[in-house]
Amino acid sequence: MRLFFLVYILLIFALPALGGEKPEAKKWPGVDEAVVEKIAKEHGRETREPLINTDKGDILLFVFLLAGTVGGFVAGYSWRALMEKRKEPETSSFNTADNDAGRIKD
Amino acid sequence: MRNRKSIGLISAGAAVWLVMYATPAHAMHIPEGILPFSWAAFWFAVALPFIALGLRKLNTVSADDLSFKPLIGLMAAVVFIISCMPVPVPTAGTCSHPCGTGISGILLGPFLSILVASVALLIQALFLAHGGLSTLGANIVSMGIMGSFAGYFTFRLLRAFGVNLSVSGFTAGLLADWATYLGTSLELAAGIRGDSPFFPIFTKILIAFIPTQLPLGILEGAMTAGMVMLLHRKRPDLLVKMKVLKPGETAE
Repeated sequence: MRLFFLVYILLIFALPALGGEKPEAKKWPGVDEAVVEKIAKEHGRETREPLINTDKGDILLFVFLLAGTVGGFVAGYSWRALMEKRKEPETSSFNTADNDAGRIKD
Repeated sequence: MRNRKSIGLISAGAAVWLVMYATPAHAMHIPEGILPFSWAAFWFAVALPFIALGLRKLNTVSADDLSFKPLIGLMAAVVFIISCMPVPVPTAGTCSHPCGTGISGILLGPFLSILVASVALLIQALFLAHGGLSTLGANIVSMGIMGSFAGYFTFRLLRAFGVNLSVSGFTAGLLADWATYLGTSLELAAGIRGDSPFFPIFTKILIAFIPTQLPLGILEGAMTAGMVMLLHRKRPDLLVKMKVLKPGETAE
């Protein structure tokens, strides 16, 4: 029942994205556009072009992908370094309890 | 087992949803040119001492114990990725992003968290057309300083009152996110108001942020709690080392 409920909730959110037309970029503006820039414009302040403007066609998409890849790699590498168990030096097979027991029997 | 299945389904669905909806977007930081020079310079002046203290702390921590480095690297990557990941909020029809300074404030302490956030914001301003160089100081103050301190103090305060780890983590993440937007509203209102009174503009900006940031704050809270609990399960010794937990609290 709980699983069904979870799937149902997921579908409600995911279906609009999966079916029909993809929403246009303008339909989901960032809050900087919807709030910051809008209110600033009302008070006579406008944005300037960034020093390095990557917001040109798919360049921004590429830069975001690159940044995500590098960031993901660093995160994964650091996570592995954090979680890696420190290995104890392996003991020689002659020192194991079984072998010791065997030797006593012999 | 069933719980794992549910979590897997939720994660898969959320991933599909985010991939289908998300496009590169400027999301929250104050963009280039919005603040007048005097205010931009003022926020730089506020941010610089904190960055210097962060650098000093980094040197001390690195000299003491090299095992902190992976944690700092992880937090730097987490703050960078999270703070340039636009998340669509269906209830508002807009996109914004969590900040990640709640979790970094808890795990690294506020000064290292500010340093990590400053680096993330600088890269975003330089290459991702996200925020701006002239507004970097203001963005460091709101996301780095206010977010990190809000997360750190909330977590410490709740833990001091005996609140459990996940609730403390959730509340710290939530308040770190909301504090960031409170800071942005304050900076923006002060910078653009001209001769108009401060409070009406400040309130207007703050209210305009609420439909997007209310749910995103909850998301950030959940992410923060999840990460704290995950580290608690996998490396409780690390949380003790970072003074997030006391030695006797690892079994919680």
